[in-house]
Amino acid sequence: MNMQNPDASGSAADRLRRRADWIRRRSLRMVHQARLGHPGGDLSAADILAVLYFGVLRVDPGNPAAPDRDRFIMSKGHCSGALYATLAAAGFFPIELLETYMQPLSPLSGHPDRTRVPGVEASTGALGHGLPVGVGVALAGKMDGAPWRTYVLTGDGELQEGSNWEAAMAAAHYGLENLTLIIDRNRLQQGDATESTVRLEPLAEKWRAFGWAVAEVDGHDHAALLSLFGRLPLESGKPSCVIAHTRKGKGVSFMEDRVEWHHRVPSKAELEAALEELGEGAE
Amino acid sequence: MSELFDCRHAFREALEELAASDPRIVVVTNDSIGSSNIGGFRRRFPERFINAGIAEQNLVGIGAGLAQNGKIPFVCGAACFLTGRALEQVKIDLGYSRANVKLCGMSGGLAYGALGPTHHSLEDLAWTRVIPNLTVVVPADPVETAQAVRAIADHQGPVFLRLSRMPVPVVHAPDYRFRIGRAAVLLEGEHVTLIANGTMVCRALEAARLLAGQGVSARVMNMSTLQPLDRQAIVDAAEQTAAIVTVEEHSVRGGLGGAVAEVVVTSRPVRMKMLGVPGVFAPTGSAAWLFEHFRLTPEGIRDAALELLQDKEHHAVQVRSGH
Repeated sequence: MNMQNPDASGSAADRLRRRADWIRRRSLRMVHQARLGHPGGDLSAADILAVLYFGVLRVDPGNPAAPDRDRFIMSKGHCSGALYATLAAAGFFPIELLETYMQPLSPLSGHPDRTRVPGVEASTGALGHGLPVGVGVALAGKMDGAPWRTYVLTGDGELQEGSNWEAAMAAAHYGLENLTLIIDRNRLQQGDATESTVRLEPLAEKWRAFGWAVAEVDGHDHAALLSLFGRLPLESGKPSCVIAHTRKGKGVSFMEDRVEWHHRVPSKAELEAALEELGEGAE
Repeated sequence: MSELFDCRHAFREALEELAASDPRIVVVTNDSIGSSNIGGFRRRFPERFINAGIAEQNLVGIGAGLAQNGKIPFVCGAACFLTGRALEQVKIDLGYSRANVKLCGMSGGLAYGALGPTHHSLEDLAWTRVIPNLTVVVPADPVETAQAVRAIADHQGPVFLRLSRMPVPVVHAPDYRFRIGRAAVLLEGEHVTLIANGTMVCRALEAARLLAGQGVSARVMNMSTLQPLDRQAIVDAAEQTAAIVTVEEHSVRGGLGGAVAEVVVTSRPVRMKMLGVPGVFAPTGSAAWLFEHFRLTPEGIRDAALELLQDKEHHAVQVRSGH
């Protein structure tokens, strides 16, 4: 049942839309099957991942370690469902492997392991690790005068980890214009809204004050994301921060903007209702 | 009295020599330029020197990112901050990720003396030796330090190298060859084995000389690699000598003593004593004073060995009175 990649026909915009919805459906199935996972964040990040892997990143799934590839680091490693679905759709490993998500001995652990999964650039899951590693990756690229870019996707609640702000200072100090941070700003974390937990706003001003060029975008608007990623760096000599405004659980009416779907597992009936909303059967 | 050396100088020379021939070598530091003795590297290789500021979590993450892209980063800082402040990064970004980072912890143990327990690093070996994939090395003298720097650069994988600023004599012959995972027997003996690393090796050798004067033949082993541990050398000591004394500039909990005991109790149980800092924060005092205070001295080591051997139920040797 819908094991295959979506077909590649239609306009570029249609193709991206189908990729994103496929990633959403796959991640929900994976979470349902594993009885574990983080569906809310999988769904909020699906459009960003689809746009990156099918419209922006220069990567070669047949040669995941190609020296001149762009580097993408999924710092919000708990949203491994969406990441694995994306990597499989891009061809880094067989789609059938997704069936083993979190099963005993599967390479597809609950959080991505760079030593076991092709295409995973950093082992994440503990929050606040991706950006510091990304700074090191970008520094290596800068030292070598390399043409490739480094992208890091963090959650928003994750920014409560101080290590991000250590990295923010260093990235600006070293003028890492080859580094782009994308914040999945869905405004919810595990227990509550970010602003009711430990407030992040004014978020854009914070990044600007730390020396970054900042742009805000609708994180579900593929055209807007493509356009933004097409004009990186946002300012020369500065790292770029893209605040992608998203909705947690995006695409499924009863999950959207609901804090409990951070890590709730959908029942069979909920899964079927969600797949229906996400266009299952339409392809 | 033989000449004493600060091993950080051997570290500095070996690192700069290595960097001159290998462009992949980079240095990353949390601003501990003087205390890590890397000012010379910065002058000679400014384009390969990154000061990440006083931010150890980011420091270790940067090291991992550099390593993943072909660099061999020597990440340098005081051992206490490098491990304690960034332990999760050491576990995930280095150990779990198998990043080819060389974490160089300066002034481990009690070296910072009167600066106090905030700066002592008496837990670092317990924390690091249990992290899978992470190699842990504690050299004993300048000869071994220089060789260890080259060996860890050649080794593919993360390493924690713990150095001291405490002056030590040369304990290894010029033809000594350091190998990761191999203990070195510096002195053969049959009654008791003294196992030490780092600054305690020279003291164990001195203790063995004192013991010889009392008719006790002590084997002295430099366990400079704490992980992976040379199990065979420990089993041999347990089989061939009646008792084992471990000596370390570290908490007695979880470090060298613990590592040796894990092997001994599961292979050939013999009686042991574990010398180090008992589970306390050290009082105020210079490092030299603290070594005396905790009896991490040749006399303290000798007495521990004699106590073990003179135990009535387990005595194996006739001990002559001293002097």
